[in-house]
Amino acid sequence: MSEPLLEVRGLTKRFGGVTALNNISFQLFPGEVLALAGDNGAGKSTLIKCISGVHTPEEGQIFFEGREVRFSNPREARAVGIETIYQDLALADNLDVGANVFLGREPMHRVFGLPVLDRPKMRAEARTVLDTLDIQTALDRPVSALSGGQRQAVAIARAIYWKARILIMDEPTAALGVPEQRKVVELIQRLKAQGVAIIFISHNLGDIFAVSDRILVLLRGQKAGERPAHETHGDEIVKLMVGG
Amino acid sequence: MEADLNATNRPHPFLRWLAGAWSWIFLIFMVLFFEIWARAAYGSTFLLNPTNLQSILLAAVQPLLLALGQTLVIIAGGIDLSVGFTVGLAAVVSARAMQALDPTLPAALSFALAVLLALAAGLGVGVVNAFLVARLNVPPFIGTLGMYGVARGLGFLAAAGNTVPTSNPVNSAMGNGFLFGLIPIPVLITAVVVLIMHYVLSQTKFGQYTYAIGGNRQAAVRAGINVTGHTMQLYLITALLAGLAGVIYTGRFTAGAAQAGEPTLLDSIAAVVIGGASLFGGAGTIIGTVIGALIIAVIQFGLVFINVQPFWQFIAVGLVIILSVLVDQSKARVMKP
Repeated sequence: MSEPLLEVRGLTKRFGGVTALNNISFQLFPGEVLALAGDNGAGKSTLIKCISGVHTPEEGQIFFEGREVRFSNPREARAVGIETIYQDLALADNLDVGANVFLGREPMHRVFGLPVLDRPKMRAEARTVLDTLDIQTALDRPVSALSGGQRQAVAIARAIYWKARILIMDEPTAALGVPEQRKVVELIQRLKAQGVAIIFISHNLGDIFAVSDRILVLLRGQKAGERPAHETHGDEIVKLMVGG
Repeated sequence: MEADLNATNRPHPFLRWLAGAWSWIFLIFMVLFFEIWARAAYGSTFLLNPTNLQSILLAAVQPLLLALGQTLVIIAGGIDLSVGFTVGLAAVVSARAMQALDPTLPAALSFALAVLLALAAGLGVGVVNAFLVARLNVPPFIGTLGMYGVARGLGFLAAAGNTVPTSNPVNSAMGNGFLFGLIPIPVLITAVVVLIMHYVLSQTKFGQYTYAIGGNRQAAVRAGINVTGHTMQLYLITALLAGLAGVIYTGRFTAGAAQAGEPTLLDSIAAVVIGGASLFGGAGTIIGTVIGALIIAVIQFGLVFINVQPFWQFIAVGLVIILSVLVDQSKARVMKP
């Protein structure tokens, strides 16, 4: 196999006296979809937050393309190409689509010598990336006016626009209706075909088996098991999740 | 899915336009009301009289300076209750400094140092606000209410409970002079601040992050925005502008007083709200705040102009605040299907 895009070795994270993650190791390869499964409180969210720079792990190492990385904030993780889409999507509801795609990285241009936000560019680029996702939506309105599926699309568009090498998705289908869930699964497959590696948290075994190559199961902060998706089945994963 | 995504049932464009422009319309309506009254009752003009215009704009200076900083703080989901007494503290510091320095220094230098000290006093309050709210996570209402008391006490202590007169000629010239014999200097200064603040809020990353923090603080954090540092800066800007308002007060009245900004604190918040900002954060504009401050100033001056008892001002401004919030609520319905 090729060199892993991401490798995590012995990751441990504590909150006060609670060990949220205990000695987690795994690898992620280009174009691979890794599903993170586990019950509530198993440590899935903590794990992705350690990878995306929100939390700093107490122990362990993270390697990106073979090079050790240490992120002290999400901006540093994004700078190497690790983008995260949280369950709450982290959209500023009062801003429009373009502003959300570029939040924290706004392009500037000069008008009469004064640096000003390049809103036309933000809007045009947002339009382009939404078109590649086959999503149509109004760009001049705050995202609070969009539907759940449109908002999910904006969050994905933001990650894709920034050339994510690794896309981390926390329960991307949880808040959506069935047709919109299917659309998100399609999107994941399209990204995978483009060589993006995806870490994908879900409770939905159907979604997990529909898109993932490998499944990593967490149980109370420990790695309960790791299986190639085509060599396992739902029952085994559930058993690992509940520690049976 | 596609059909779902296209389902953006927009309200009628006229309604949307009306919701966006109501404060302008209201301002024009108020001006017309007083104009018609003036012509009917006194056979003279209200608005076209430069003295009236100057008085209205001068009355708007202090609440507007406070409201400009307040606009940013409120958009970011906070509030600053300390600004009123920060004005007083800065005004007293400025007057005291000139009292102390005038005998030994040239008037201009003494004035310049007094301005710096007054702004520093304002910033001092702002630093405490910033730490309380942004670093120690004290709710803004409580933290700045505490500093409201502290600034108030410090102001009266520094003034020894009295008004602090100053006879510095530069100070009085800055407070009461006119550009081209027409535009009062304080109005000119405020106009410059308005332009800068409008640019910062609407055209820069700093402004964009202010909206983002008010819209979804967590999203701002995850986007890598330094929310703590940004929030601190907002309270510093507000305090600095309150200090500037104090300097202008001492200039206009050639005296500093600890209660200089007491009546304008609520006017400043009212101006921001009338201007369309949401106290929940995320919405508001500098232009809106300017309109809000002008509406209040026109009402206050206009009611005096038509010889109504001054107490009616409070009632009128109060009603406008309520009206603006009601409009805002229906605006949310109109704007969002």
